[in-house]
Order: sequence, then C-alpha cells, then structure tokens
Amino acid sequence: MPLRFEARAEASARMRYGSPLVAVLLTVAGGLVLFILLGRNPLHGFRVFFYDPVKDLYGVSELLLKATPLMLIATGLAVGFRANVWNIGAEGQFLMGAVAATGVALMFHDSTSMLVLPAMLVAGAIGGAAWAAIPAFLKTRCNTSEILVSLMLVYVAQFVVSWVVFGPWKDPQGFNFPQTVMFADSALLPVLIPGTRLTVAFLIAIAALVAGHFFMTRSYAGFQMQVTGQAEAAANYAGFSGPRTVWIGLVAGGALAGVAGMSEVAGPMGQLTDHASSGYGFAAIIVAFVGRLSALGIFFASLLMALLYMGGEQAQQHLNLPPAIGQVFQGMLLFFLLGADVFVNYRLRRSRAAP
Amino acid sequence: MEDAVAAARAGVPRLDLRRIRKVYPTVIANDGIDLAVAPGEIHAVLGENGAGKSTLMKIIYGVTQRTGGEMYWEGEPVEPENPAHARSLGIGMVFQHFALFETLTVAENVALALPGHPGLRELARRIETMSARYGLPVDPRRLVHALSVGERQRVEIIRCLLQHPKLLIMDEPTSVLTPQAVAKLFETLRRIAAEGCSILYISHKLDEIQELCHAATVLRAGRVTGTFTPSRETPQSMARMMIGKDLPAYERGAALAGGEPRLRLLGLSQASDDPFGTNLEDLRLSVCAGEVVGIAGVSGNGQRELLRMISGERMIEDAAQVEICGIPAGRLAPGRRRRLGMCFVPEERLGRGAVPQMSLIENALLTAARTMRLVRRGLIDFAAARRFAAACVARFGVKASGPGVAAQSLSGGNLQKFIMGREIMQEPKLLVVAQPTWGVDVGAAAFIRQSIIDLRSRGCAVVVISEELDELFEVCDRIAVIAAGRLSPAKPASSTDVEEIGVWMSGMWPDAAAGAAEMRNAA
Repeated sequence: MPLRFEARAEASARMRYGSPLVAVLLTVAGGLVLFILLGRNPLHGFRVFFYDPVKDLYGVSELLLKATPLMLIATGLAVGFRANVWNIGAEGQFLMGAVAATGVALMFHDSTSMLVLPAMLVAGAIGGAAWAAIPAFLKTRCNTSEILVSLMLVYVAQFVVSWVVFGPWKDPQGFNFPQTVMFADSALLPVLIPGTRLTVAFLIAIAALVAGHFFMTRSYAGFQMQVTGQAEAAANYAGFSGPRTVWIGLVAGGALAGVAGMSEVAGPMGQLTDHASSGYGFAAIIVAFVGRLSALGIFFASLLMALLYMGGEQAQQHLNLPPAIGQVFQGMLLFFLLGADVFVNYRLRRSRAAP
Repeated sequence: MEDAVAAARAGVPRLDLRRIRKVYPTVIANDGIDLAVAPGEIHAVLGENGAGKSTLMKIIYGVTQRTGGEMYWEGEPVEPENPAHARSLGIGMVFQHFALFETLTVAENVALALPGHPGLRELARRIETMSARYGLPVDPRRLVHALSVGERQRVEIIRCLLQHPKLLIMDEPTSVLTPQAVAKLFETLRRIAAEGCSILYISHKLDEIQELCHAATVLRAGRVTGTFTPSRETPQSMARMMIGKDLPAYERGAALAGGEPRLRLLGLSQASDDPFGTNLEDLRLSVCAGEVVGIAGVSGNGQRELLRMISGERMIEDAAQVEICGIPAGRLAPGRRRRLGMCFVPEERLGRGAVPQMSLIENALLTAARTMRLVRRGLIDFAAARRFAAACVARFGVKASGPGVAAQSLSGGNLQKFIMGREIMQEPKLLVVAQPTWGVDVGAAAFIRQSIIDLRSRGCAVVVISEELDELFEVCDRIAVIAAGRLSPAKPASSTDVEEIGVWMSGMWPDAAAGAAEMRNAA
C-alpha cells in the first residue's frame, strides 16, 4: 500500500514538542545499529557512550562543564533564530571572545585584583559581539547574507587565534607549542564544586537562560523579534525596525558566544591554545533547534549534546573508535530531528486505490 | 424510484444536496442543509459570517468531506474526494482566499490547474482571449506576487472559466470590481448560465443577488432559514431573513468645517519598485480633521503603492511630498508615523495586519503597544494587553472564544473586525483604511462603517480606499478616484453619484484630459 504525506490542517502541537524526544530515541537506536555494524557489543557500547561518562559526581560535573558553553551560545543564537536572523558563525564569535578575554588576562597577568575576571567577562562579550557586528553591519548596509558572512568569519577567527598563539602571545617557556602562558589565579574562574573542574560559568549560563527566556517572553523588544520571525510583512506594517532586529539577533548571539569563549580559556583550559574550541559554536546550533529555541529545551538539549561529546571521547578510549564517532551522533540527532519535524505539519496517509 | 423517474422527466437538478451535515469538534457548521440547483440556474447562497456557507461550498468542491447527508450530481450520488475529483466532475470554484503561487506567473498558475500540459504561449493567448471576452484585464506574463487582490481574483475567475465547468461556485466574486466591471461580469455570468452552466453565487451584496440570481437560499447558523426568488424581494426583506432583524440606518452629522489638514499629498510622484507596478504621478490630496475622504478605483491602479507610501512601508525620495499632521513624513519609518497619530489598516489581513500564529492579545500589541500603554519600561503589560484585546473583541463583535485564540483561527471577516477595532480604538488623529469591510457580513459591515463615521465626528481624519462604491458613498464626505497612478480631485459625495465616479474610474475626469492625451502619445 503506497504511502504519501498529507498536509495537516493545523500544526500538531503534540509532534512539535514530541519530535525532539522521537529524535533522541531514534539517535539511540541508530547508535545501537552503528555499534553492531562496527562489530562492537551494542550494550557495552551503549554503556560506554551514555552511562560511563556520568556514573559518578566527577562525571556529572564534567557533563555540566561541557554543557555550559553550549547553553550560553544556544541561548544567544535562539534570540536571533526566533527572528529569522541566521547566525551560523558562533564558533568564530566564541574564538574572538576567547582572544579578547585572553588579551585582558595577559595584560593584567601580574595583577591580583578582583576586577580582572569581570573585565575578562566584559571583554569576552565585546569580542564576540564585535565579531557578530560585522555580518550585522553588512546585512543592514549592503543586504549581504548573514549566513555566509558569519560562517566565513569563523575561518578568519581561527586564523586570528593561530596568529596570536604562534606569534605575539606565545608562551616563551612553552617549548614552541602554540599556546599562551597559563593565566594567573586572578584570571581563572572559581571552581564551583571542590575537586571538579566545574566553574561559576555554569551559573552564568543558567542566568543567561533565564534572562533570555525573560527577554523573549516578556519584553517588547523580544516580542518584536518574534513578530519579525513569524511574519515579516506584519513587522514592517507595525513599524518594527528591521535593522534593529538584525543587530539584536546577531549581537546577542555574538556576545554570549564570546562569554562562552571566555569561560573556556578562564576555566578548564586556563590559557589560549590553537585548539580553543571543540566545535561548540556549531554544536550549539543543533542544541538551539533540538531545544525548540526555548530556555527549558535548550537546557536539556545542551546536557544531551554534552553527553554526546563525552560519550565520543569515551568511545575513542575504550571502544577504539575514531574521534568522528561523536560527530556522527551529533549528525544523527540533527538528521532525525529534521525528519521528525516533517510530521509537525504533515502526516503519513495510505493513498487510496486509484479511481 | 418513482420519484427519481419523475425527477428525470421534470429535468434532473445539476446538483442536489439533501440533509447535508458537517460536524467539527467544536461546532456544527452545517445542520441538515437541502439545496438544489438546476442546469443554467444562478443560485444565490447568502448568510452572515459563520453561517456555514463556506463549509457547504468546500463540501461540494471536495475540500472537506461531509459528516452526513447525500449529494447527487446530475442524478447520480457522488462523493467528491478532493478538488481534482470535483473538477473532473465539472465543478469549478473561485475562492475568497486565493490559491495562487506567488512566485509563478499568471500563465504558469493557470497551467498548474489545467489537466494535461498546455503550452505556456498558447495558454497565454487563451488567457488574453478570455480576459478580453469577460472584461477581466490581466497580463498572463506577470508574476502573481506583484498583483493586487483584485487582479488575483481575476486570475482565479479566468482559471475556472478555462475549464468549461458545469457548475461554477463563486465566493463573493464582485468585492473588488468597479460597477462597470460588475455589470460586465454579470453579463459574462448570464452568458455562461445561458450556455447551461449552473452558478452558485455566494454574496453579501443583496442588490447584486437581486439583479443576477434566479433563486436564493438563506443560511443562518448552519441551517436553511429560507428560500426565495430574489426578484420578488427587496434588499430590506432579504437582509431581515439573513440577520434576523432590520439593518440599522447610519447616523451622521455634517462634516466638521475648518479642521486642520492631517494628511496632505503634495504632488506625490514615485516610480514603483516593481516593474509591473503602477507609477504614481503628481498625486494631490488634503484630508482634514473631521472628514472622511474616499479613494475609489479598480485595484491595481496604484492603491497598493499609495498605501505603502502613506504607511511608511515604502519610503519616498522627497520627504515633503507626504505630510502627516503638518510634518513632512515621506522619509519617516512606519513607527514614527504612528507616533504622529496615524493608524492604518492594510488590505492583507493575515501576515500583514495580523501575525497568523499569534493570539489576539499579541496581535493587539502589534500596533497598540504605545498608544494604549501596553508596554512599560520595555516590558509587556500582558494584563493590559488582554483587557484591550478583550474590549476590542467585545465592542466589534469578533466571533472568537476569547482574546487568547490565534489570529489564523478566525474567519476573514472576524479578523477584519478585530483589526478595524484595534486601529479605531486607538483614537487616531488620522486613520487610513484599505477595504474596511472586505469579506465582512452586512450587519458587521454596517457597524464598522458607523464606527468610521463616529470616529470622524470625534475629529479624526479618515481616508478610506475601497472598491465598493456603495460603501464609499455611505461613509465618505468627499470622494476621489485613482486610475493609472493618477488621482482625481476629491468631490463632495453629495454632489456626485455612482455613475460619475464609475466614469472617473476609467481615468476620464474633467482635467485628466491633458494627462490622458499625454499618456496616449507616450504609448
């Protein structure tokens, strides 16, 4: 019996919120199949991937540590995505935030002032926001595509990082490794739970989630962003400023990505290296969509994505699988989500026999 | 069986509906409707918004399936499964909400609806023939997104006619035509009917029904409340059958004299940014506090461009050409113009006048946030927004279960009432309205028109752009005409009539002669 897609009269609310769960379940199922194809015991693989990383307090703290930058970036991206402002370059904004924060840390390397960390935080936000301001400026002035410009600036940002760590900021005692000196204690974020690496950045991320939620649901500016995203002609008619929407959307994403970059160099890394990011800026795009651009959704989606990161590392160590395994899981998650999303607006019907 | 034989002898109806029922989860849209249409008959279906007319038509056209009852097509029981099936039976429908692809040309849109694969060039010629024959001018090579509402409707009508249907369903087809074009369309429809095609004609316009239709069925709240022969009734008696009571008469005082000008067009000239759009040429108009000025014209003559330039959605090069409340506003953004005291109702309701997925509360915020103080220190006061939306729903009789429902769940007429209410309740200094009662039923239209008159009596300057001349004569103190991007002088409504304005609508007003001659020379 042939099947066909039929448009639903109304978008299904159940599928709208159910589809991320369906996507997670399918990803897990796909993972099992993958392990079998790779000749590993699927149950063992499953345990290594999804359970071992979080079996103790330290594991959980690592999970929250990894989820922190994802949460920060996804929160900022969601502001723009709601208004159809497509910032794909959070990875670059993350790096530029890290560079700016590192600049402050190195400048005040000998200071013990309490103000070094706040200054780094602000510098990180400004660094990320400034990088995101480039596509915003070009979009509002020359109507360029913010998707392309922000994405291409990621590669420029990577070269900037390479330049500073190979050049002016290279640690003189670092055996020529591309990295800066370790930051002074005054430039490191305080640890939240003793014996773990989880820093207060996690609290900043939670605060950002709450603030983002408040902005989108209660503020007039957030309302204008949503109107722009849902019906641009209505936004024009109501007199909401298009350029302002673009600026808010990009700068919010850039600033929070920059803060995430700062939280990495001032947190678990303690220095800037040539490999400052682990693709958080791109993974956060998936997080934002899996989380349905909502605060609560982004919270859980970033935990899930962090688990995939850690599972990937565990699978490398204990299952002898290549590092790409983590990305395969990320890709499956996005793939199944997009697939499941089709059912929000369509349903599968058996076509009737031809008349 | 004997009945069937007798029916065959007497002439089987083209379409025969018996006890049609349609039950939705929350409402019974059709509750036992009987309707028979003979071959070659023009049959009117009238009723208020929500009376069940559209549902009944959708059942006939196969868009939705009935819950109960029987449908006979030329004596045979049928179950139209989808519109394609209905079309194969010979049923054509012109919808009130158009189903056209915006990014395709007129000819391509028509090609999509026709069986087989007609060549586009050949099709364009057929469209041109058809449009000339029925007085429905439209260029088959134009992209649909650049067409006005009226032009899109012409495409829909032509698309149906090209399929030589046996039953044509027309859902309020005349709402965007000039009186002359309506007369021409009626000739067309009569010719089609004389060739044996039946026509189901849905309309609110009682005089049209009287002029055109052979028979009529009245629906109220999903039931048939009467069938009659229009030629034997008066518009008043038909209105009473439809809404269950008499229509209110309009109360209007004289226009306030000596109000200050609130909107002035000072030689507004602007080339359209759309190559198929209308260029505006030297528009001059002054609208003062305390008067309603109407702008008549067939859609596609520059109304769309003019509205965007007044609202600010389109900037103009010379700021001084549009003056709002005494301030040169041609380069002000829409928000700035609203702050000068202007409110605006656009011709598209869903997607421009309202955000489809958002609730009426949020849609109230869309334009009333500042004027009604629904935002404090950048934060939305949802309680105040809810109160305002609820007041608007109550005062303008919007049929919605509450202010929390999504805009897209409202019928077109109800959404129009909400948008009109939202703008009127802000007590603007200047109100600019496109098609104030499009798709709204007689009773609600009367209320909206009265609200416009009341607003003007309180000192507001109102501009109404409409294609319904009767409406303009009911509400306006002065009437101007827009034709081919030029604006006639505004004439007091009391010293002109439908015939004169109708002539002007083809571009022939007294001092337009020089301009028209110029245009002929250029062409």
